[in-house]
Amino acid sequence: MALSNRQARWLLLGPAGLWYAMLLVLPLAVVLVYSFGERGAAGGYQPAFTLAQYANLATRWTAFKNTLMLAPLGTVAALLIAYPLAYFLAVRVNPRWRTLLLVLVIVPFWTSILIRSYAWIFLLGGRGIPALLADLGLGDWRLINTPFAVLVGIVYGYMPLMFFPIYVSLEKLDRKLLEAASDLGSPPWRSFVQVTLPLSLPGVATGSMLVFILLMGEYLIPQMLGGGKVFFVGNALVDLFLQSRNWAFGSAMSVTLVAVMLVVVTLYMRFLKRIGAAREDVGLM
Amino acid sequence: MAEFIGTTKRYGTVLAADRLNLAIRRGEFLSFLGPSGCGKTTALRMLAGFETPSDGTILIDGVEVGAMPAYRRPVNMVFQNYALFPHLTVAENVAYGLRQRRPRVAREDIATRVARALDMVRLGDFGPRRIWQMSGGQQQRVALARAIVNEPKILLLDEPMAALDAKLRAEMQVELLNLQRQLGITFVLVTHDQQEALSMSDRICLMGKGRIAQIGTPRELYDRPANRYVASFIGRANLLPATVRGVADGRVVVTLASGDQVEVAAAETVPGTAVEIAIRPESLSLSPHPVEGTPSVPAVITNRIFLGEHIEFQLTHPVLGVLQVMVPRQTERMLPGADVGATFHVLWDRGLGQILAED
Ligand SMILES: Nc1ncnc2c1ncn2[C@@H]1O[C@H](COP(=O)(O)OP(=O)(O)OP(=O)(O)O)[C@@H](O)[C@H]1O
Ligand SMILES: [Mg+2]
Repeated sequence: MALSNRQARWLLLGPAGLWYAMLLVLPLAVVLVYSFGERGAAGGYQPAFTLAQYANLATRWTAFKNTLMLAPLGTVAALLIAYPLAYFLAVRVNPRWRTLLLVLVIVPFWTSILIRSYAWIFLLGGRGIPALLADLGLGDWRLINTPFAVLVGIVYGYMPLMFFPIYVSLEKLDRKLLEAASDLGSPPWRSFVQVTLPLSLPGVATGSMLVFILLMGEYLIPQMLGGGKVFFVGNALVDLFLQSRNWAFGSAMSVTLVAVMLVVVTLYMRFLKRIGAAREDVGLM
Repeated sequence: MAEFIGTTKRYGTVLAADRLNLAIRRGEFLSFLGPSGCGKTTALRMLAGFETPSDGTILIDGVEVGAMPAYRRPVNMVFQNYALFPHLTVAENVAYGLRQRRPRVAREDIATRVARALDMVRLGDFGPRRIWQMSGGQQQRVALARAIVNEPKILLLDEPMAALDAKLRAEMQVELLNLQRQLGITFVLVTHDQQEALSMSDRICLMGKGRIAQIGTPRELYDRPANRYVASFIGRANLLPATVRGVADGRVVVTLASGDQVEVAAAETVPGTAVEIAIRPESLSLSPHPVEGTPSVPAVITNRIFLGEHIEFQLTHPVLGVLQVMVPRQTERMLPGADVGATFHVLWDRGLGQILAED
């Protein structure tokens, strides 16, 4: 059987298209439809066409506020910690030690995030770091169940996602370019700003996107380290779908979250393009 | 202009540069020539400031620069693979050096000078392009413009033409020479291509195993190689053992191992010394008969290689071994019967050939 080019293309794209439809489009469509519905009498979903759920969003303002504050803040904090580490490992460290140090970066993440969060509960809890600070006479600190604790957990948990894309972009940086910069009269720190940093921006962009998008949907860390006081949209959704069984309202929140995410990501990409990271020779993502 | 004084570079146990002594003159075109791994790049990188000498010093304009970082040195380099900044346009690449100047150079001033440099390498219209939109040859010219725009005291070039095809390379060689004449900047070129070094340089610094084997004009290196290494590296040479027979007012007569007596170029030596003679294949000629008044050695033709403008003959002599003779195309017509298997006389004109010093 001879296939025309066009037929062959559809045949080849078929499976991928099916995956895409089943795993992405369909669930999103369901959520979108539900978001215009109502809560059933016994919970769940009851078909309707109303904007009532959206009108109600303001009651969950705190969840949005926490998410929209802590997700960008966590992304930036993770970036500020991951970049110097990646720079150190990719550029500065003797290649002989590099593999060992890379393994050391990864190894903690072989244990479950749950266990690592428990470790932080202990560290930030009354008998952990605050006790140490008190002993040193540095005052009375409450860390656990604060936004700060959630931030620490976020940065710790998401650091590798930020670290690796940056590491890769720094590692493939041609050292000759730094020599050229130096040859042309630029001292080391200026070479960093003018050459190393712009050339590692694709890694920064990838890492930030990954971390930010995942953070927007984060649920576990605020739950454990925020102790119900600092909760994200994710926590609200769990509550709405599993506890109060208001699927329609939960769907409206989800749709809003996705919309906000799209807006932020689009703005961020625009910004990156403006500062020149998006070039045709270096893939952005 | 610049001076290496006993400059040495060790990498662990590898002696990459061994007590280099060399004075680079203002405005000259100097080439570092030598086989792979002989330390050419090392010498250049020490001059640029990317490597610190393990021993000895380097002066630029009388100032010791041994430990001065690259970004303070008044030299610029054209890198082997150009090392152009991929995130900048062609014009931004060229402007990079001027932008680093403190006090700052005025913006309009930078623009003018960048435009002039791009014009000089015939890339006037390419300023806004991205590096990856340029061909290899164009990238090379960008690299050149990026260096010369700074008007360095010395321009360093590390095998700048290695990545170009033969035709483009020949063009670039001419362009480089014109540029050097225009700018009057001192050029230091690293190359392992002797043709390139011979045709472009005012002087060649021939290196071997981290040391300088000979410094001189291309003609000096070719006609008066200091030792066996130079003679065999530059061009080709027949190397023949001999004994000095007589030395008289600028003439040296030697006896070859075959017993034939020939006269070679003047040298300081005394009768009885065992020496090695180098003679270029094109200095020898062939004849079907002995020629009155010209010493000659009979030998059997074992190979005849057509090289275009020249024919290369390889002849075998029972004592002297293989002799190479290069015959111009026109002369070949006067040699009927010069085929493999025939016995011909290798003529050695007076005063040709050179006594080699010990390595
Ligand atoms: N960074 C380094 N570490 C260790 N050894 C080095 C280093 N750089 C050069 N060498 C050694 O020093 C010697 C000279 O190297 P160099 O690069 O100067 O050679 P070169 O003449 O430029 O050769 P090529 O024509 O192949 O470029 C070589 O034996 C090389 O292996
Ligand atoms: Mg080299």
